[in-house]
Amino acid sequence: MSSSQFKIIGRPVPPPDLYEKVTGTAQYTFDMDFPGLLHAKLVTSREPHAKIKSIDFSKALQVPGVVAVATGKDFPYRLGIYVGDRDILAIDKALWVGHPVAAIVADNIRAAEKAIDLVEVEYDPLPPVFDPEEAVKPGAPILHPDLAKYTISPAFKPVPGTNIANLFRLTKGKGEAALDSADVVIERNFRIPFTTHAYMETWSTIAHYKVTGDIEIWTSSQSPYAPRYLTAMSLGIPVGKIKIRIPYVGGGFGGKAGILNEPLVAMLSKKAGYKPVKLVMTRAEQMKSMPIVAGYRAKAKMGFSKDGRIVAYSVRFLFDGGAFADYAVNVARTAGYACTGVYDMPNAYCESITAYTNKVPTTAIRGFGYPENHWVLERMMDIGAKELGISPLEIRSKNFLRMGDPTSTTGYGTPMRADQGDLPGVMKTSAELIEWDKEPEQPKEPWKIRAKGIAVSLKGPSQPPNAVDAAVIKFNEDASVDVLVATGNYGQGTVNALRMLVAEYFDLPLDKVHLTWMNSTEWNPYTWQTVGSRSLFTVGSALLDACEDAKRQILDVASKVLKVKPEELAIADGKVYVKGEPWMSIPLSEIVMGYTFPNGQVYGGPIIGKGKHYPAVLSYLDPDTGQALPINAETGHGEPGHVTVFYTFGSTAVEIELDLLTGEVKVLKATQVYDLGRVINPLTATGQAIGGLVMGMGRALYEEIVFDDTGGVANPNFSFYYIPRAKDAPDDIRVKFLETPQANGPFGARGFSENVMIAIIPAIANAIQRGTGVEITELPMTHERVWRAIKEQRPDLIEKAMKALKEWKG
Amino acid sequence: MTRTITFKLNGRPRVVEVEDNETLLEVLRNKLGELSVKAACYKGECGLCTVLFNGRPVKSCMVLAVEADGGDVVTAAGIASNGELVPVQKSFIEHGAFQCGFCTPAFVVASHYFLQKNPNPTREEVKEFLSGILCRCTGYKQIVDAILDAAKYYRK
Repeated sequence: MSSSQFKIIGRPVPPPDLYEKVTGTAQYTFDMDFPGLLHAKLVTSREPHAKIKSIDFSKALQVPGVVAVATGKDFPYRLGIYVGDRDILAIDKALWVGHPVAAIVADNIRAAEKAIDLVEVEYDPLPPVFDPEEAVKPGAPILHPDLAKYTISPAFKPVPGTNIANLFRLTKGKGEAALDSADVVIERNFRIPFTTHAYMETWSTIAHYKVTGDIEIWTSSQSPYAPRYLTAMSLGIPVGKIKIRIPYVGGGFGGKAGILNEPLVAMLSKKAGYKPVKLVMTRAEQMKSMPIVAGYRAKAKMGFSKDGRIVAYSVRFLFDGGAFADYAVNVARTAGYACTGVYDMPNAYCESITAYTNKVPTTAIRGFGYPENHWVLERMMDIGAKELGISPLEIRSKNFLRMGDPTSTTGYGTPMRADQGDLPGVMKTSAELIEWDKEPEQPKEPWKIRAKGIAVSLKGPSQPPNAVDAAVIKFNEDASVDVLVATGNYGQGTVNALRMLVAEYFDLPLDKVHLTWMNSTEWNPYTWQTVGSRSLFTVGSALLDACEDAKRQILDVASKVLKVKPEELAIADGKVYVKGEPWMSIPLSEIVMGYTFPNGQVYGGPIIGKGKHYPAVLSYLDPDTGQALPINAETGHGEPGHVTVFYTFGSTAVEIELDLLTGEVKVLKATQVYDLGRVINPLTATGQAIGGLVMGMGRALYEEIVFDDTGGVANPNFSFYYIPRAKDAPDDIRVKFLETPQANGPFGARGFSENVMIAIIPAIANAIQRGTGVEITELPMTHERVWRAIKEQRPDLIEKAMKALKEWKG
Repeated sequence: MTRTITFKLNGRPRVVEVEDNETLLEVLRNKLGELSVKAACYKGECGLCTVLFNGRPVKSCMVLAVEADGGDVVTAAGIASNGELVPVQKSFIEHGAFQCGFCTPAFVVASHYFLQKNPNPTREEVKEFLSGILCRCTGYKQIVDAILDAAKYYRK
């Protein structure tokens, strides 16, 4: 798989956190305890939209063990990463059933649990709005009348006086008007429901606000710097007063990006007399009161020429952001700007609105707008193929972006480059692995059918242009290296891959490259965030920059000792040696703390390498046109910027078995093909491909948040919100990675850990359509939804299957 | 009401005062510091608090602590002896059968029990047995592979 030019890269290396994880000794924030630790619980709203008239704590305060109480009036702050719409407790209005309106701190969790039930809150109900289409109509109840006063990131465009948290529009060529010149136009509506991340460790935060004004925070966040900055900004505390430490984290999937409950717990610690306070969400609280994953409705039109070329495409997404959309606005914006996917479209119009409704708030999610966008696009391609009578592979091949094609998603005029990956190769490999040309063997039960489907995806990090990263490496006395990076480790394997880059670079054995298990702003240098499949690329680039910095210093010392020019030296096998004369060498261990000459004089000093990465090619997109703003003439001759630092191409093909009588869909075989540029660690890369496939199957087949009449979450648990179990996962998963090196990637690598759950979703629906002709455009594809679709579109299939069943039973 | 119970935890006798309505999970984590036992729901849905109770796997959130009086509890932290990992632990490492690791102790303790009872399992039997424990990261395949691969050591 990987080239033999490397010693470490391409080897299946288990991550070093394995012993702690299999023995149960790995510590998560959920597990942490401190002397005198207090516990907090939240009182949540039972009203979907209401003024808070009064909050009476008198009975709650009688509970032995209760230390402090708080309401939103105690902490009237607004926060958020893109649209600063969140409060930390409802300030004067409750915005959904589940909105935290008050907090209790007690010296034990049982006392806090008892006390929250005794808090009496009096509400003055306001009319609620639950439907996003109603919410954006004139006259709808307004959730955020002060929207204009919130802190807004420059790439976003909320519409004050409405429930529109963000409005994004992209026009390419003649836009929607060009549909008129198409031979065939298809038009379909799509839906995705609210879902949830279902990371196993719920949001857990401990904060200690100290009498000195310093705040120490332990939190189950994806990475430490974003919550530190956002906490500092929202509370008006200097950033350097806050230390954020992150131990092991029990999953994230985007749901622990941005900010969790850090500001609230910090302020509760202060209110409780500067004592450490812990707040852990129960599963129900997590799903009812903390941000989950936005759903949408979409309307799409695609116009083709007779021969299957896309003439024009339009799509309108209406995302339901719930009561706060601080991070979800960018999920929706990304679905908008990435609307054309892997296809060359001369004309396109894409609109993406994020609406506020009186429901649970929403945030980032693995895939970040791309699973949402591809659900429409990759279904439209297969529906188009059916209408035009050509194959799903052919319609895609005809329309793929080719080298030099401008994309709507990399900014106007930014052509595709050859080193971005082998897009046709990805689909071809996926098709070969599923044996596309071979008819599936039909099951012995005549009421079941098997069929194959395919989809193609692209994904890049949706990061702002100022998403910068640093890395530091420190040599130890024994010429081992400590790697200091602040990117988070919640199972993706990235930090292990980063360790492998350093080992490869200096030709060190892996056990001489050390990682710290506790990630902290105190010792790890800045990283914007661990999100978007970006860290291997961006932090990896910073880390190689740090390696080069350290190497320069090492060679400088060695050149003084060996009396040759630095460029004549190389590092291998724990030594610096003269190229071509390997017997002329010094052990690294004699250099890394400074070289001591025979007379005792020292030259050099400790070797510490520092490096950075900043995405100079990125610029903001104009929210009205979707065009990237020109890059400064100094760096890019005024040409348009890019919207992402890389794209990774992928394809999933499936063979499914569909029971026509129950609507049950089983995935029997699946492929996962990605062009990774360079496979750093095939063991963990394969793990991402398999894990993401099954997570995507959850979104495709099972997962849906159900709302009751009050807009509250009706299924906040794993009994009625079903995520895939071992028995649901396919055994036959065919993973293959292509390696078209990215010119500017570390050793040629790109990231991909979100792309893995994008194509699987439309691939399943495409297989249903190929097997039955039945079109599914709503998720999830539950037994009932699939059965109803067959009943409506192909009742003959059900009749035939019923007959076959009767004959079978004989 | 509170009462004092005595039980063996990972081979050592423990004495602890518990409330009548406290679960074994709560006592293990909050009173005995047995943090290898995780929890993601506290209501018998996720399986992350699985321990061996009197030799059988149970969800410790579904057992009242008072029921453990006189019993024997083994957790993931208690199956390795003198730092020597049991075969299924080693196999999880080799197969990369975990990512965030939060569910791993439950899978390890349950599969160690399972392979002792059934050292010749089919793939379907492993999957059926594991379906009471949730994992969001791995997609289960590498966990099932790890268990099937480790089975040979349990046949000896």
